[in-house]
Amino acid sequence: MTGTLTMVGRSVRLSRRALDTLLMSILLPVMMMALFVYVFGGAIAIGTSYVNYVVPGIIVLCTGYGATSTGMSVADDMKKGAVDRFRSMPISSFAVLTGHVTASVARNALATVIVVLAAVGMGFRPSATVLDWVLAMGLLLLYVLALSWLAAGVGVIARSVESASVFSFFMLFLPYLSSAFVPTATMPAALRVISEHQPITPIIETVRALLTSAPASSGWLALAWAGGLLVVAFSLATWLFRRISSR
Amino acid sequence: MIVETDGLTKRYGAQTVLKGLDLKVAEGSVLALLGPNGAGKTTTIRILSTLTRPDGGTARIDGFDVVREAAKVRGVISLTGQYAAVDEEQTGRENLVMIARLRRFSRSAARTRSAELLERFDLVDAADRRVKTCSGGMRRRLDLAMSLVARPRLLFLDEPTTGLDPVSRTTMWDAIGDLVRDGVTIFLTTQYLEEADRLADRIVVLHNGGVVADGTADALKNQVGGTRLDLDFASAADAGRAEALLGGVRTESRLSVPSDGSATHVHRVLDDLLAAGVRTERVSTHRPTLDDVFVAVAA
Repeated sequence: MTGTLTMVGRSVRLSRRALDTLLMSILLPVMMMALFVYVFGGAIAIGTSYVNYVVPGIIVLCTGYGATSTGMSVADDMKKGAVDRFRSMPISSFAVLTGHVTASVARNALATVIVVLAAVGMGFRPSATVLDWVLAMGLLLLYVLALSWLAAGVGVIARSVESASVFSFFMLFLPYLSSAFVPTATMPAALRVISEHQPITPIIETVRALLTSAPASSGWLALAWAGGLLVVAFSLATWLFRRISSR
Repeated sequence: MIVETDGLTKRYGAQTVLKGLDLKVAEGSVLALLGPNGAGKTTTIRILSTLTRPDGGTARIDGFDVVREAAKVRGVISLTGQYAAVDEEQTGRENLVMIARLRRFSRSAARTRSAELLERFDLVDAADRRVKTCSGGMRRRLDLAMSLVARPRLLFLDEPTTGLDPVSRTTMWDAIGDLVRDGVTIFLTTQYLEEADRLADRIVVLHNGGVVADGTADALKNQVGGTRLDLDFASAADAGRAEALLGGVRTESRLSVPSDGSATHVHRVLDDLLAAGVRTERVSTHRPTLDDVFVAVAA
């Protein structure tokens, strides 16, 4: 337990001091939100206030960015010998991944709080009860954990820090193919099939419904996706980490 | 024997990196594994430090099998890898305290041990600075200090001075020398013959995944030949006359003859040449270096 806490302390300290990455992961979502609310939002007619519509999408978008830096940190530790050092010590070296994932959750929590505050400044008026907030944040937490463990696994097998960052391309692209920014009904049939059946859409729909006190009809589906992804991502990261010794 | 390997093999795809390596290292000694890039040095260290599984053969550290009893092996060893595995964004002290905490030192014991190591490795200046602002030599010393937090009995050093300037290299050598006096067994790899010569009791030359030479630096040098005397003459003709008189090997105006390196022998050679009327311009003795050994065994 001391081992895991020490690793968490290490990762949190490292991400706090990598100031450029930290600023980017907080400023990027705020800038994206301003872009969508003030530039594109006026042209997107969805029948309600666009800022109320777009906040969950922005939060999910920035989790992708946050998870990417997890993958890059893990790849860096693999490449520069930190993982070798930990694996040669009589400790549970898997904790090095737990540390990075925990730091990722902390970074995302910070980014989410700032996004929500900025959104309120741009006219976001959530009507959620405390329970709604707890449920919405719980679901986002599951999703962030799943994505971070996936990124940690990618970091373990990446050939370089740069190739680990390719992961971000997919993670930043995926929310655009969902109901994050526009309702899926406006998309061509083929894209609609993809966007309605990928995990991000039910998660965003559920968070949006919870925050605006609408009925969360895709709640169980969102929970199944986020929970299932987490189980798969965690198992994959564990398996990939064990396999390092065969290299 | 603190290290004992028997027929260790390792393949990466179609390439066989280790071809049945047999090694024994006595506790308290310093072994240098010498060889060019790709000889299998790092692979050997990775297997012995439980990072990589061998494809065949066995390796024991202090009697524990590196695959089946990896956890026990890890309690005996410490590894300083080829790249300084230090966190750039942490200070020297934070790096050390982190390792101590991972090694289950209490908070206060971790601080005490870290302060001790900072002092010992001349890192007091780096203690509260982020590592990214430190010199290459400081990073390597910090890396070494991090490996010594828990007082290992066996220390693996993978190319400990590669890329360091000559002054930092000497400082590293002194630090390693201190460890040897404390009784730590050291297993190091190097590409530098001078480093092996200076630090190691025993040198194993690895080439293409197998041992091609094994012995003390002196034994290896004697294997190639003893001291030789190089005599330079004003002309190739003079050198030819000297060759007729003394034998040896002539290249242009230089004649090399075997010698025991003693003043008496040098005197006799020069007297003989003087008596025969051959004027010698210059004399030098040449002790074989490990380079000569390396060229001879790797050929």
